Amino acid sequence: MKLADIAALIRSKNAGPFTLTFDIMFADQASYDRVKNSGVLTQASFAKLYGCPEEKVRFFQCDNALALKFSIPRPLTQGEAGDGDMHGGQQFVPLMNVDIR
Amino acid sequence: MSHNGQIRFIAPVGSVGGGINAAALDEALAQPTDFIACDAGTTDAGPFSLGMGIPAFPREAVKRDLSLMLRAGRKANIPVIVGSAGTAGGDVHVDSVLEIVREIVAEHKLKLRTAVIYAEQDKAYLKRLLHQNRILPLDPALPISNSIIDSSSRIVGMMGVEPLQQAIGDGADFVLAGRCSDSALFAAIPVMRGFPPGLAWHAGKVSECGTLVCDTLGRGVISTTVSYQQVTIRPYGDGLRCTPQSVAAHGLYENADPFLHRECSGILDLTNATFEAIDDVTVRIRGTEFFSEPVYTVKLEGAELAGYQSIIVGGIRDPYVIRQLDSWLASVRNYIDDMVARVLGDKADRSSYNLVFHTYGINAVMGKLEPEARNLPHEVGIVLEATAPTQDMAHKLAELSRQPLLHYPIKEWAGSITAFACLHNPAVIDRGPVYRFSLNHVAVPSTPLEMFRTHFEDLDGSTQS
Repeated sequence: MKLADIAALIRSKNAGPFTLTFDIMFADQASYDRVKNSGVLTQASFAKLYGCPEEKVRFFQCDNALALKFSIPRPLTQGEAGDGDMHGGQQFVPLMNVDIR
Repeated sequence: MSHNGQIRFIAPVGSVGGGINAAALDEALAQPTDFIACDAGTTDAGPFSLGMGIPAFPREAVKRDLSLMLRAGRKANIPVIVGSAGTAGGDVHVDSVLEIVREIVAEHKLKLRTAVIYAEQDKAYLKRLLHQNRILPLDPALPISNSIIDSSSRIVGMMGVEPLQQAIGDGADFVLAGRCSDSALFAAIPVMRGFPPGLAWHAGKVSECGTLVCDTLGRGVISTTVSYQQVTIRPYGDGLRCTPQSVAAHGLYENADPFLHRECSGILDLTNATFEAIDDVTVRIRGTEFFSEPVYTVKLEGAELAGYQSIIVGGIRDPYVIRQLDSWLASVRNYIDDMVARVLGDKADRSSYNLVFHTYGINAVMGKLEPEARNLPHEVGIVLEATAPTQDMAHKLAELSRQPLLHYPIKEWAGSITAFACLHNPAVIDRGPVYRFSLNHVAVPSTPLEMFRTHFEDLDGSTQS
């Protein structure tokens, strides 16, 4: 099953001008546990998906929010020449197709 | 002012100018309230507001919300606190909002003891701190030097609770602050009154974006109550509710770390926070901690002029061009560079300008992060962005780029082609000055107050005709 079909909301956003943050949120405990316990979402899998060094990926499991979270440095600082997403809001899409076993 | 060992505040909207729901504000203020607070700024829009010195919200929208807040504050005889005035919170931004406040005071015949707190930083002062190793890098570390301080068009410090507390202590009805921590606007009075700092700061954190803390979107206001044991938060507004999940999830929003939040005086730690439903719309928070740091730090934000920009918007439909787009654009760029050197000569050294092709349909939105850039579409949108030290040069660069974009040949077609569909005539759009963020640092002042300048104005609209 695709992550997009299990999550209530997958989103990305700037966390300040130098960081991108990704939130994967779930409507219920079972969906959250299913994805969390699948072991599919890790620093390593995120690094591979976004082509960035694993040591730069921060991964958080937020049990009381039923949410998983990643943060990475922005490839370009917000507003730097070449930056095409000023708010970082459209960077989450590759997460949608992640297969959850 | 505090009632039964608790303190209650209203967050009327996520940002001044966002559009306060006046009916919900009235309903919320029917209960005893200690203060109203709201932020009016962000860096989320980008560096332009800070660099250029102009707000990002329409003046009319700011005036409407400020007017509702100030009249509500005077009616209930409670303080109103607004921070990060005018989007970026520089002196010019604060003054532009102060001018709106004067109009409101006159129009509604209000009496308003106003504390104005400026957050823009003196460059000589910052250079002294730098010399004393009291400007420290954050991650990612950007270079810092006297010349970077000088070349920044404006630098602000993000204040904590202390300047706000001083203003309230000195009897302000209204605090108009420059760049300020959003949470500090709400934490200042509860911390000053001795409520636990973990709860006070967390109350600010969950309230500062208004109804974004709710589980659905809608227009309303947030009511938050801090006691010695807990925080309770609820919205007023049709169909709005806070749930344990929605309040917990708000800790994630626009934060790199969902648990640890750095403020000037320490770290707000949500690791042990619990969230429980009290009723259908109200959530109780307990267990949040705040750890004071031995070194008081003030985050710096700076913007510097990156140049002037001109753009051309258009598209490509020819599949022969699309299938070799990268190499074709590289050739177009070389052709443009050669022509610029020929035509503009010494006036446009190659290192002094920057040409970017944003290729919509391929990777314009995600850039290097795009995993599907190899899936070619039937049509590609292109924005050519020329950045140069003057608007005149940026304009000429874009003009010189048009012909190569239109006609640069490909081997699949014999003879002259027109590969690029221009959207406009004239094709070139001048965008004016563009800015970049120049700092990612904190300053270490001697005291929490020394970087901020407060002055009082007793505004009195009742004496004017």
